[in-house]
Amino acid sequence: MVSLNFISSLSKNFFTYGLKGLTISDRYISVVPVRGCSMSPTFNPHCSTSLEGSTDDSVLVEKFCLQKYEFSLGDVIVFCSPNDNKEKCVKRITALPGYWVSSPFSNDVVKIPDGHCWVEGDNSASSLDSRSIGPVPFHIIWPLKRVGKLEQRIPSGRFVF
Amino acid sequence: MFARMKPLVKEALNQTLIFGKFLCLLHITDKYICSPIIVHGPSMLPTMNLTGDVILAEHISSRFGKLSVGDVVLVSSPENPRKTVTKRILGLEGDKVAFLVDPSFGSGNYRTIVVPKGHVWIQGDNIYASKDSRHFGPVPYGLIHGKVFCRLWPPDGFGWLDQ
Repeated sequence: MVSLNFISSLSKNFFTYGLKGLTISDRYISVVPVRGCSMSPTFNPHCSTSLEGSTDDSVLVEKFCLQKYEFSLGDVIVFCSPNDNKEKCVKRITALPGYWVSSPFSNDVVKIPDGHCWVEGDNSASSLDSRSIGPVPFHIIWPLKRVGKLEQRIPSGRFVF
Repeated sequence: MFARMKPLVKEALNQTLIFGKFLCLLHITDKYICSPIIVHGPSMLPTMNLTGDVILAEHISSRFGKLSVGDVVLVSSPENPRKTVTKRILGLEGDKVAFLVDPSFGSGNYRTIVVPKGHVWIQGDNIYASKDSRHFGPVPYGLIHGKVFCRLWPPDGFGWLDQ
């Protein structure tokens, strides 16, 4: 009898805290690990492709911006990849709707349509198949390890106007 | 004076906690299980009315990838992330979809497209008055957040939505 009570109270507590934790993580703030080297040196600065991610950066993600979907140039965001729904990507916004983006490596000039934005990793010219992506669930990031806000930066060498 | 306030404050805190727990439960149900939505607009006639229906949408199928062609789904509009639209899935990734480029012209100029990986093709039932994948292309799967399965209002339209 005693153990049954104990189990039921334990599961009740577990359920309650699980519910609250899930709600807070959905609406306000959450922690996300960053994998891969596409955002070096901002995240995972000592990354190399052969090592496993035991020293991965974890970042604090805030979700207040999802109420109004207001993002600015240079923000770092977490989103689901449009090609693979379950994969989460971390990149920086380099152009907003209405901007024209040209890449120094090709002759195309692309206009970013409404509701989309252009993202790029800090490390290389890898911007997700080099095309604009849809606003699939977005979140904005604060770094957990560094004190102070992540600086907003626009990479040079691109024509963004 | 504070000795008298203390049990009151404790009671108030308890009630607030219970209320907070209730709000969390509401949020979880609304986001992960099922939620009622009001839909309006001409793009899904005759399945849904122009002036507004209340429908029930469940969020479980889309999370587990169990959607199929013919399902009516709730999608975040790719042109405006704050807007949610209701459309029907006509093609999953890898499917070949044939669509009329401009139905009002009457000359059946069809175009075929293969839906890319991770995307779906959505169209409204009323092809003359619907902005859908024919205008903004295939939509990433991650923008789908619910499947419509039942209509609650108006009362004469109550019941399951058929394919």
